Amino acid sequence: MQELDIAGMGSVRVTRKGNNVVILEKDLQTEQMVLAMGPQHPSTHGVLKLECLTDGEVVTHAEPYLGYLHRCFEKCCENVDYPAIVPYTDRLDYLAGMNSEFAYAITVEKLLDVEIPRRVEFIRVIVAELNRIASHLVAIGTYGIDLGAFTPFLFCFRDREIILSLLEWASGARMLYNYIWVGGLAYDVPADFSKRVMEFVTYFRPKTVELYKLLTENEIFVKRTRGIGIMPADVAINYGWSGPMLRGSGVKWDLRRNDPYSVYPELDFEVPVPDGKVSDIGDCLSRHLVRALEMDESLKIIEQCIDKMPSAEGFNARSAVPKRVRPKAGEVYGRAENPRGELGFYIQSDGKSTKPLRCKARSSCFVNLSAMKDLSKGQLIPDLVAIIGSIDIVLGEVDR
Amino acid sequence: MEEGHVLSHSVQQSAAAYAIIHDKFGDAVTAFDANETMPFFEVLDTAVWPEIALFMRDNPKLKFNYMACLSGVDYQSEDKVGIVCNLESLGQLNHKIAVKVKCARTGGSIPSVAGVWHTANWHEREAYDLFGMLFSSHPDMRRILCPDDWEGHPLLKDYKVQESYHGIKVPY
Repeated sequence: MQELDIAGMGSVRVTRKGNNVVILEKDLQTEQMVLAMGPQHPSTHGVLKLECLTDGEVVTHAEPYLGYLHRCFEKCCENVDYPAIVPYTDRLDYLAGMNSEFAYAITVEKLLDVEIPRRVEFIRVIVAELNRIASHLVAIGTYGIDLGAFTPFLFCFRDREIILSLLEWASGARMLYNYIWVGGLAYDVPADFSKRVMEFVTYFRPKTVELYKLLTENEIFVKRTRGIGIMPADVAINYGWSGPMLRGSGVKWDLRRNDPYSVYPELDFEVPVPDGKVSDIGDCLSRHLVRALEMDESLKIIEQCIDKMPSAEGFNARSAVPKRVRPKAGEVYGRAENPRGELGFYIQSDGKSTKPLRCKARSSCFVNLSAMKDLSKGQLIPDLVAIIGSIDIVLGEVDR
Repeated sequence: MEEGHVLSHSVQQSAAAYAIIHDKFGDAVTAFDANETMPFFEVLDTAVWPEIALFMRDNPKLKFNYMACLSGVDYQSEDKVGIVCNLESLGQLNHKIAVKVKCARTGGSIPSVAGVWHTANWHEREAYDLFGMLFSSHPDMRRILCPDDWEGHPLLKDYKVQESYHGIKVPY
């Protein structure tokens, strides 16, 4: 007598009589197992713990546990001056520091009466879009690794290194920049920066095609991601999804277009949304696809910014930076389109202090991850890995 | 509001949305604060907050289908804690408004709106974790960022950190 698992019949108890298998009992209740994924598991992209209740290979329930990287960002903010918060924002989404700084700077500027020089605006957009490409390269590369594709990861990190060198040249740091300040920038970009950025754009454009062929059209990759973890558009909105996650569900929503800030209204770019031809709308492949296509759009934006940027003559990157940042009394909710979605800051100022009364970071990863419980129900364990990878979380931003 | 002051288009939209809510709920909400950076109103009768939330989400003239943010706030001078919700009609009517709800600083509770917007689920857990107000009828009212056995609620203005946690010295 032995127990076998025959597809479609649940667990059965069988016995063998000669050459025949006789089923004694079927639909046996198997034992449920608690499986802890993380906090030290590479597929959870940092220190996320997923407590999965599994029935065989099927996940019946997954409960995310966060907070392993909680560094009291919001408490720290209440104890330092407004400009001193900028380095902290770098450490939220550490793969896209420029974008986080950008979101914070425009939020505080809403409470201040400062006019930002045009060249500053263009430089901000250039570095933010460069950082967006770098961030998407990590997302795509590590997603490949999650699903067993090693080569794209190396290609992605090779190209990302070029961007990080450019940003290091401008700001002095590879990842934690402290470059975009409230009211301006730390420094102007180096003299030949535009030229080098254009060289990168020319170099990188064929690489996106190569990456597309290597990973996005790869049959094994498509089989692992297509039709997995489907999120309908209305549920995605109700969950507060934003960025590539929301666009993956077919909602054409990009804050750069729909709630424009800085010089984005002057720029010409598309908002890629899956059309359902190569992927099922709302699945893991759609979300990956949006990221892959967005890199091309970022290249377009960078090119236009370099064309339109005013010259450096008589330019001072700190001309509009206030000596002492003391915003008027009031509250503001400001936000920007980050590689992972909407990064918002809610800031409360009493009008007297140089420190905020309250500074809350609305993290895109935190909100996107909250749908994990629903998305994981009834999935296979390997598909769970595909789903977490497609959410593209950075735990620095989830836990703050 | 000052006489002769011209409101921007987005604040006018918020004011129009507020008028519909005020017509329906009357004295349960305060007057509209039409500031440029974050126009808001406050819910005075906290018990009707879920009803207001559902009305805001489902009324065809409001359609606030997207909760951008829910932040806990400590109003120490008023001896209250509260939440600020930034709501938006995403892809539908494209207007925004903020709603404030306050409760007593110690032992206070606010009805949960996690059933209206899923976003509120984790955000309310975070607000409870950091400020200590409870959200009644929340499906899963646990701490989220701090450990379950952490003492106190760190974002309160008068928070004192505990001396030790499981034998580990906390303040350094």
